[in-house]
Amino acid sequence: MTVELKERVDVGQILQERFPSCVVKSEEFRGDLAVTVRRDGLLEVVSFLKNEPQLDFDLLLDICGVDRLGRSPRFDCVYHLRSLSKRRLIRLKVPLDENDPEVSSITSVWKGANWFERETYDLFGLKFKGHPNLRRILTHEDFKGHALRKDYPADRRHPLARTTDALTTWPESVGEHPERMVVNIGPSHPATHGTLRIQAVIEGETVVESDSEIGYLHRCFEKMAENHTYAQIVAYTDRLNYCSSFMNNAGFALAVEKLLDIQVPERIRLIRVILSELTRIMDHLVAIAANLVDLGAITNFWYFFRPREEIYDLLEACCGARLTVNYARIGGFPLDVPESFVEMVNEILRRLPRFIDDVDRLNTKNRIFQGRTRNIGVMKKEDAIEWGFTGPCLRASGVEYDVRKAHPYLDYESFDFVVPVGTNGDIYDRIAVRMEEMRQSMRIVKQAMKRFGSGPYKIDEKTISLPEKDKAYSDIESLINHFKLVMEGITPPSGEVYSYTEAANGELGFYLISDGGPKPYRLKVRPPCFPIFQGMNEMLKGTLVADSIAILASLNIIAGELDR
Amino acid sequence: MPNQKTWAEKLQENWFTTKLETYVNWARKSSLWPMPFGTACCAIEFMSVLSSHYDLARFGAEVLRFSPRQSDLLIVSGTVTDKMAPVLKKIYDQMPEPKWVIAMGACASSGGFYRAYHVVQGIDEIIPVDIYVGGCPPTPEGLIHGVMLLQKKIEKEKGKLLSVRD
Repeated sequence: MTVELKERVDVGQILQERFPSCVVKSEEFRGDLAVTVRRDGLLEVVSFLKNEPQLDFDLLLDICGVDRLGRSPRFDCVYHLRSLSKRRLIRLKVPLDENDPEVSSITSVWKGANWFERETYDLFGLKFKGHPNLRRILTHEDFKGHALRKDYPADRRHPLARTTDALTTWPESVGEHPERMVVNIGPSHPATHGTLRIQAVIEGETVVESDSEIGYLHRCFEKMAENHTYAQIVAYTDRLNYCSSFMNNAGFALAVEKLLDIQVPERIRLIRVILSELTRIMDHLVAIAANLVDLGAITNFWYFFRPREEIYDLLEACCGARLTVNYARIGGFPLDVPESFVEMVNEILRRLPRFIDDVDRLNTKNRIFQGRTRNIGVMKKEDAIEWGFTGPCLRASGVEYDVRKAHPYLDYESFDFVVPVGTNGDIYDRIAVRMEEMRQSMRIVKQAMKRFGSGPYKIDEKTISLPEKDKAYSDIESLINHFKLVMEGITPPSGEVYSYTEAANGELGFYLISDGGPKPYRLKVRPPCFPIFQGMNEMLKGTLVADSIAILASLNIIAGELDR
Repeated sequence: MPNQKTWAEKLQENWFTTKLETYVNWARKSSLWPMPFGTACCAIEFMSVLSSHYDLARFGAEVLRFSPRQSDLLIVSGTVTDKMAPVLKKIYDQMPEPKWVIAMGACASSGGFYRAYHVVQGIDEIIPVDIYVGGCPPTPEGLIHGVMLLQKKIEKEKGKLLSVRD
């Protein structure tokens, strides 16, 4: 499926020739193309990138700010765009001055830009001209200052002492219709599976329009990352998507390895693949189970927690933790997998299919299930791309995009598996895609187990991985290495990379800027849930209240990843 | 039937004397109705505690109620941010007396390793806590231990028959 690009197009050169007045420079680092654009030409440049068939950058991945304190101009507004058909990535940087940090909003080009721009405004104070609703999104309304600026102390809190009842006013949709009412769901509600909040205007049983509020679990991941060493951040990444924590660990480790320009040995890659796929299964188990609960089929929920417990046992044998594993390190693992690893994985592979088949048989052809999921919460292909969907939700809409196939990492190109694609983009397809992905993940694990053998569990590089404990106790050089790594940590070269992996909910990207120090200068997570939840309100229009809960569950929004 | 006992005789064999307080405490501790306030990772682990493998039902705390008005034990599982704090306070205030609170996990107990601009450094900033369960997240055994400790605490409570907590 991997398409080899026949024509090598130098996007940076095309842009410079086309817009000589506003493209300042284009540079490449570790294979990432970064183009610096003047702010007055931004709209033209992104429209060109999106609409030019030869380039076709159709997916807006991420918008974020960078505070270069001490540099003039002080801020960068950074855009990541991806071309699904041409398999390319581009980073646009727009320098903005401290006294006038305003740039044109690109919400007219991509609907999905809305929340990303609000987040950048919230955390950096950058303003977006022409944005329809520029207000805070992650922090609460009484928050003062912009938290991710370098001169904002990490622990300066602004406790909130009042409840905010109404999110928005509904002038036109409620005002003239006395029969309509506003219903608030969340942030603490059993159906939201987390800390999401939706306010819907309903007329009878039908949702007329809705608006969602996020940020109830904004735990300042990015600020914490700037204040901790690379090895310490691994523990924070666990808590992004806490249903499948290992994949976040591996994604972060790969990002730092990309920055360091190292490749870990094959056995480490294999273990990462095996554990990633098992945690993907774990995540899908919870996603499907929770979705079925919301349709009224609670049996499946308790049933699906059995195999989860078995995968938990494997993770516990590997690293001692069940849920937040903290098991990947830059350059390998903190300790080797247990002797019983092969046996345990094979046992899981032997037992798992029965659970999946049982739930499949119980539901897929069930008339009630079909009636509750077919043609409900439909997201069309074009809209899904417009909003920035990735992962199972995008594939359910019929777009065959999987990072594992399109941009293979960890040797995924050498495994034989298929990417399930839906046709309709409704709840049924989203569940079916996840069901099939679990089976495909098992295929990948089976193939990986065939190649699994003995070998190192971390790279032999004294500036990156810790020496063996017994050596640190007996050999002075190892002791010094150990001391340096613990006290200072890993110091990658300065530069910036965007590394992305296929996590359970879609493309999980880490945009990492290093200034050569032991801590990242800036780490931005591109959370797959964020654009998906943003597009949800469009799906809810015109559905019944009961269906809206099912739609929300089918998207599998994980608040830890959404709010970071 | 010759040696058939009368009701009165039967009753005489089955007496036991106790104090009303002990009796009420025993009833309360054996039928805790938790209200899960799950915000983050701990909530996933809390699901494991409830599911068949660990089965919190064995400890008399199974009847999950998602309405604060029907529960007497608030289990806060997960990080509480400044934005969420008023919601938590409101839910606690809506619970009828007598009520108890378990702070599950490091975040709910102390803010955990999120010493940050948007995170409440332990829910005891807002509401009183009876039991702190450490861990990130605590193992299911840890939470069950916390519930059992709370039951011990309820057993010993004095003067709570009618009075209302300040």
